[in-house]
Amino acid sequence: MENNAFYVALSLLLNLDTSLFQIVVLSLQVSLLAVVIAAMLGFPLGAAVALWRFPGRGGVIVVLNALMGLPPVVAGLMVYLLLSRAGPLGEWGLLFTPGAMIIAQVVLVLPILAALSRQKVEELLGEYREQFMSLGMSRGRMMPTLLWDARFALLTILLAGFGRASAEVGAVMMVGGNIDGVTRVMTTAIVLETGKGNLPLALGLGIVLLTLVMLINAGAYLVGELTRRRTG
Amino acid sequence: MTSLNAPLLASSSLLSPPALCFENVAFNHEDKVLLGPCSFTLEGTGPTLVMGPNGAGKSLLLRLAHGLILPTQGRVAWSSEGTPRQAMVFQQPVLLRRSAVANLIHALAVNNIPRRQRSKLAFDALERFGLSACAHTPARVLSGGQQQRLALARAWVLSPQVLFLDEPTSALDPAAIKAVEAAVREFHQRGTRIVMTTHDIHQARRLAGDVLFLSSGKVREHTLAEAFFDAPVSRQAQAFITGELVE
Repeated sequence: MENNAFYVALSLLLNLDTSLFQIVVLSLQVSLLAVVIAAMLGFPLGAAVALWRFPGRGGVIVVLNALMGLPPVVAGLMVYLLLSRAGPLGEWGLLFTPGAMIIAQVVLVLPILAALSRQKVEELLGEYREQFMSLGMSRGRMMPTLLWDARFALLTILLAGFGRASAEVGAVMMVGGNIDGVTRVMTTAIVLETGKGNLPLALGLGIVLLTLVMLINAGAYLVGELTRRRTG
Repeated sequence: MTSLNAPLLASSSLLSPPALCFENVAFNHEDKVLLGPCSFTLEGTGPTLVMGPNGAGKSLLLRLAHGLILPTQGRVAWSSEGTPRQAMVFQQPVLLRRSAVANLIHALAVNNIPRRQRSKLAFDALERFGLSACAHTPARVLSGGQQQRLALARAWVLSPQVLFLDEPTSALDPAAIKAVEAAVREFHQRGTRIVMTTHDIHQARRLAGDVLFLSSGKVREHTLAEAFFDAPVSRQAQAFITGELVE
């Protein structure tokens, strides 16, 4: 029984194992905060690229689209170099802290949110443009209207971003260091336990992670459906 | 009563609606002339009905007048100082993905109407256009006729001096057409200058003060409604009125 992953997962949860609890909370904190920060930057960025015409706009779109596939270890390395003692932001002393992990995840998630919201907002703008011009709206005024009217699509995009953040292991390992009780999250713990050969525990953690991601997605889906039915 | 109303009437007649001047205006797309060159002035109180067959350039003329697009040559100008407050109702109403009342409040907010006045103005307009019952219904699940009335209500709350309507009834059933035409008359009575396109000659007869007739991108006639319907001068307009198929 003790070697059964489901049993391990269940007993981890039922016993309210404190170290597991800590890992889960940190995972959620890091990923959710990263997604929120990325959304606050990425959605306006995406909308701005959709709204304004400027030289090099095509290049920006290509780069944003390409960065959606940015390998996490590359992002991790960049953030590592930035935050390391000798790096430009070394003074902040963020390396091997949850802060560094959040920064790395923001770097990974932001292009997804910006590129996909750019696409959606541009589509909506095509539909609304004449009405907006008729109302005498400036581009700056169009942005909040478009973002609000794209809210259901943005929620799905947000989930895609959260998926990338919570599933990610390479970057948080590099900049967080997987320090027990400080920067250990679910994914890095799974890698560690697998390495130690403690497969049931690794699998148990995997099941917990999967369940959490499912719950968050189900919650977001429900919220989306309910508001969609209310406001169309 | 009369003495109370007299100053109001006097002041509203003083505020004659601004005239719209097209000065040698043309619009081309890839070397093809889609409209003009044409020169005319829309004066008086209207309503002006822009008529003509499909593809004559009616919508284009309206968009140039409203400033949604710029002419390739010539100038669109207003007699008033500065551009008058204007609104436009489109053939397919463009409504935001929010409730009916939120659509109106958004338009008011965009026009810098103080926050505390918005809700009252919005609900008043919904009532006027018979939409009180669906104030909180998502705008996009309303019927076609209700959507067009909501678009008219949105124009109403902006109290425009000039209202452009681009074939506002072409996708509606007779009951909804009646409601839209009643709304247009209400705007007209409030002193809003109406400029509306239609290809429906019966509708034009019901509403027009003057008629601007277009075919193949050219302005063929611009006369008072009675004159246009009784004795059209151009060959194209004669054919249009007698029900021939005009290009």
